[in-house]
Amino acid sequence: MLFFSAILINNFVYHYFLGICPFLGISKRIDNSLSMGVAVTFVMALTAVVSWPINHWILIPYKLDYLQIVSFILVIASLVQLVEMFIRKTSPPLYQAMGIYLPLITVNCCIMGLALLAALKEYNFAETVVFGVSAGLGFTLAIVLMAAIREQLDLADVPEPLKGAGISLIVTGIIALAFFGFSGMIK
Amino acid sequence: MPAKSFEQDFNKGLWTENPVSRQLLGMCSTLAITNAIMNGVAMGLAVSFVLVFSSLLISLLRKLIPNQVRIASYIVVIATFVTLADRFLAAYFPSMSKNLGPYVPLIVVNCIILGRAEAFASKNTVSTSVVDALGMSLGYILALLILSSIREILGSGTLLGYKVLGTWFEPWIIMILPPGAFIALGLLIAAANLIERKIKLGR
Repeated sequence: MLFFSAILINNFVYHYFLGICPFLGISKRIDNSLSMGVAVTFVMALTAVVSWPINHWILIPYKLDYLQIVSFILVIASLVQLVEMFIRKTSPPLYQAMGIYLPLITVNCCIMGLALLAALKEYNFAETVVFGVSAGLGFTLAIVLMAAIREQLDLADVPEPLKGAGISLIVTGIIALAFFGFSGMIK
Repeated sequence: MPAKSFEQDFNKGLWTENPVSRQLLGMCSTLAITNAIMNGVAMGLAVSFVLVFSSLLISLLRKLIPNQVRIASYIVVIATFVTLADRFLAAYFPSMSKNLGPYVPLIVVNCIILGRAEAFASKNTVSTSVVDALGMSLGYILALLILSSIREILGSGTLLGYKVLGTWFEPWIIMILPPGAFIALGLLIAAANLIERKIKLGR
């Protein structure tokens, strides 16, 4: 249930407005946006795995929850760095494909949002991990969908002032409207 | 530093380099909390606080921070101020803090702040950085104010909670829901581009 609702109904892009910057920035080509989506999903899953123990075993027992923001962002930044180094060492082709997107992920609000939302909703460990993976998949779905539309938009005759960000945002709005249709699926 | 350049640093945030309409930075918070004017204003002020103080501190420390770890240091500075803002809101305006939800802590990943830290505060003196941050904040608040007014009037028929449109008006629920945010912002950016082009043609 959580899995599908995070992909379709509470989609990070369409519902929480998280990750809009990369969503608008990297959604020009389908293949690039697919790599970005995979990289984000991967880091999100890892963040979920790491941030939950930190929050529940260190921050909450010692009443340090006001350090949540600082510690989550440091966890994410170092995680991204580690993943980057690990991939560069073990799989150069994967690094080629994902490499340039990884540093960008640190400031992707998706990841931080995931850590914060999971803490806010008091998910248990398994729920947090499922939430992370499905939110990542939801982001991938959104960004690939957007890229597919934008590839077509290049051929369309769009009024001059609307070109670029304007039309992309309006298209996003219309897709978000369509995604509302899913909200009746799960109560 | 002549006064002229202070003015330029301040003004560019308002229009030519407006963070929302021209640089497309800080989109997440812009879209998420502009369903009512009060939320927009509170968010604008919180972002301004963080932006001004982190610009101040980063420009003060710019010669001390080693180049390799600068991004990490900026993030820690920003996160500190975000925590301050978050705790302050939770303590004095609990209902507002509840409305804004996770978007206050999310200021830490707001690209405006890291963007200004990297592009401006790390290379300029303390006073110019603060002026730049003030200009950017004002531009951001302005954009939030416009967007949230449009959405509140059309979406609930109210302005700051007061009814401004008569009973004949059927609120466009869509405007306070996420899709309305995307569409309104898209049109707003288009309008900004249109005005920009008129100005250019006029010259």
